[in-house]
This record gives sequence, structure tokens and C-alpha cells, in this order.
Amino acid sequence: MTVWIAIAVTAAGCYALKYAGLAAPRRLLDHPAVRRFAMTVPVALLAALVAVQTFSDGGSALTADTARLAGVGAAATALLLRAPFLVVVAAAAGTTALLRALGLG
Amino acid sequence: MRDALGIGLAVGVSGVAFGTASVAAGLTVAQTCALSLFAFTGASQFALIGVVAGGGNVIAGAAGALLLGARNTLYGLRLADILGVRGVRKAVAAHGVIDETAAAALAQPTPAAARTAFTATFAALFLFWNATTLLGAVATERVGDTSAFGLDAVGPAIFLALVWPRLREGRRIVLVAAVGAGLALAAVPVLPPGVPVLIAAAAALLGPAAAPAPADEDADGGEATGGANGPDGDGDGASDLGPAQEVRP
Repeated sequence: MTVWIAIAVTAAGCYALKYAGLAAPRRLLDHPAVRRFAMTVPVALLAALVAVQTFSDGGSALTADTARLAGVGAAATALLLRAPFLVVVAAAAGTTALLRALGLG
Repeated sequence: MRDALGIGLAVGVSGVAFGTASVAAGLTVAQTCALSLFAFTGASQFALIGVVAGGGNVIAGAAGALLLGARNTLYGLRLADILGVRGVRKAVAAHGVIDETAAAALAQPTPAAARTAFTATFAALFLFWNATTLLGAVATERVGDTSAFGLDAVGPAIFLALVWPRLREGRRIVLVAAVGAGLALAAVPVLPPGVPVLIAAAAALLGPAAAPAPADEDADGGEATGGANGPDGDGDGASDLGPAQEVRP
């Protein structure tokens, strides 16, 4: 049930945020501080998500799962090589799956 | 139109990944599909299920999802004049204000072309994203244990692909990313799951004190290009579109 509540809050909130952009006075964007902060927040959050989801299983312990680390490393390599999104995701899952099949991590 | 289909296809792949990851995280197929239908903004959806997967505080999960969703407000601000929609059409269009549609619309030379691009991209994405979410969710429900497929690496890989184009914007952004990641990791052992990622938002405050404000142009191009952030992110969508240029009606 709590999950449903979280879903409802997320869905309603995300919609409200989208609508607010279309409805708000455009000059809000002209405020440099607002604009900078709003544009920078996703970078901090996304980087944090990468770090947390790579080095933990979602709980309170930091872990270093060899197979998962290698998978994320493969994704980074694919990105460095300017691979398309599909390849990046496939490289991550494929590498991790392969290492697990070999009994590593 | 072809661009819209291309983006739709790439996003469809992430839709499968989302459906899969969501059910693996413990959500039901219905919950998974509800998120894709009604939240319809990939990064936020992934963030929420990531917290649920760890048995974390769902309130913190929803808060993280909303913080990530706040960038759509910015897209809306920039799209408002171009789309020029009112009433019911505005209410419908709002649902489609996400990374890919904004990048596609803002890359067009005229407002009319921008409106067409927005509508086509929105329609293609909505269809693909929801269909593939269902596909991934149902498939995973059948399979059960999915750890052998390496799907736990897919979440971080997608987030990495989303943040990647932004890292080229300069040293300040790289610093923000590094500090954000560091703060979150340091907080993992001491704070409930979901909260560490929220703490990382503080890293965004680094900017103004550390560096003078960049030219407007920089911020503009950067966001729209980095706007491959997806309903969940189609890392290459933005590069297909090229650097987005602001359409001024």
C-alpha cells in the first residue's frame, strides 16, 4: 500500500512540476541563480544515483560487487567510445551477466 | 517524424529495462505500469524503484523522484511560448514535457516545426515507453530471479548515460557530480536508503560561490543537449538531434 502511495505522490508531483513550467511566467528563467541551481541539481542527483546504485545493494552497507562494478565500468567505456544508448545498457548488463555466469562476483 | 521514431525506439529499450528493474525491485506489474503511464519521466521512475528495491523509505524515494522531475519544469518554461497551448491541450501537453520532447522541439528552426516535433516525439515516446514497460515487467514476473541477467548494472549505467553529456559542460559540473556522488556514498551507512541521494542535491549549491555565472548561452545549450535525460534517457537522442537551439517565436 505504501508503494502505491509513493507512486501516486510521484506521479502527481511529476505532473505538477511539468505543468508548472508551462503555466509559470517565463521570466522566472531569467533569474540566473534559479536557473543555475535548477540546471545543476540533476547532475548532482544523477551522479549520486550512479554512485549509490553501484556501491550498495540499496541498503545501508557499502558493497563492491565485482560483476556489477565491471558492468558499470563497461558502460563507462561504451560512453567514452560514444556508443549509442542501447549499446551502453547492453554492455552493462552483458558484462555483469557474463561475469556471474563465470562464477565471479 | 523519423527522428521521433528513432527516439521512441531507443526509449523503448529503456522501457524494457525499467519494467524489468521495477518488478525485480519488488513492485507489481500494475504498479510498474502505473508509474510509466502517470509519472512518465524515466529518471524519476528509476530513482523511486531504486529506493523501493533497497527496502528504503518510500517518502525519501518519492522526494528524490520529484527533485529529478523538477528539471521538466525548466523545459516547460522554455516550451510554453513555443507551444502556445491553452486549456485542455495545455493539460495534455504538460504530461509530455520531458527531456526528449524538449530537446526535439527546441532543436527546430520554427515554432510550427517545434510544435510538430513536440507532438510527434511525445506520441512516439508515450507509446513505446508504456508498451515496453509492460513487456519488461511481465517478462520479469515470469522469470523470477533476474540477478543472473546483470540487471542491477542497468540502473547505474542508465544514470551514467544521462549525466554523461552534462559532464562536458565544464569543470564546475564535473565538480558538482563528484561532490554529489561523494556526499551520497558517505551518507549511505548512516542515513536511511533514499536519503543519501537527496543530500547530494546540496552539491548543486557549489556553483555560484565557486565560479562566476557563465554566459546565458552556455546554460541554454547545455541543458537542452544534456536533455537526453530521458523518460529515462536515451543517451544518444540528444546527439542525434544536435545541439538544441532555442526557438524564439
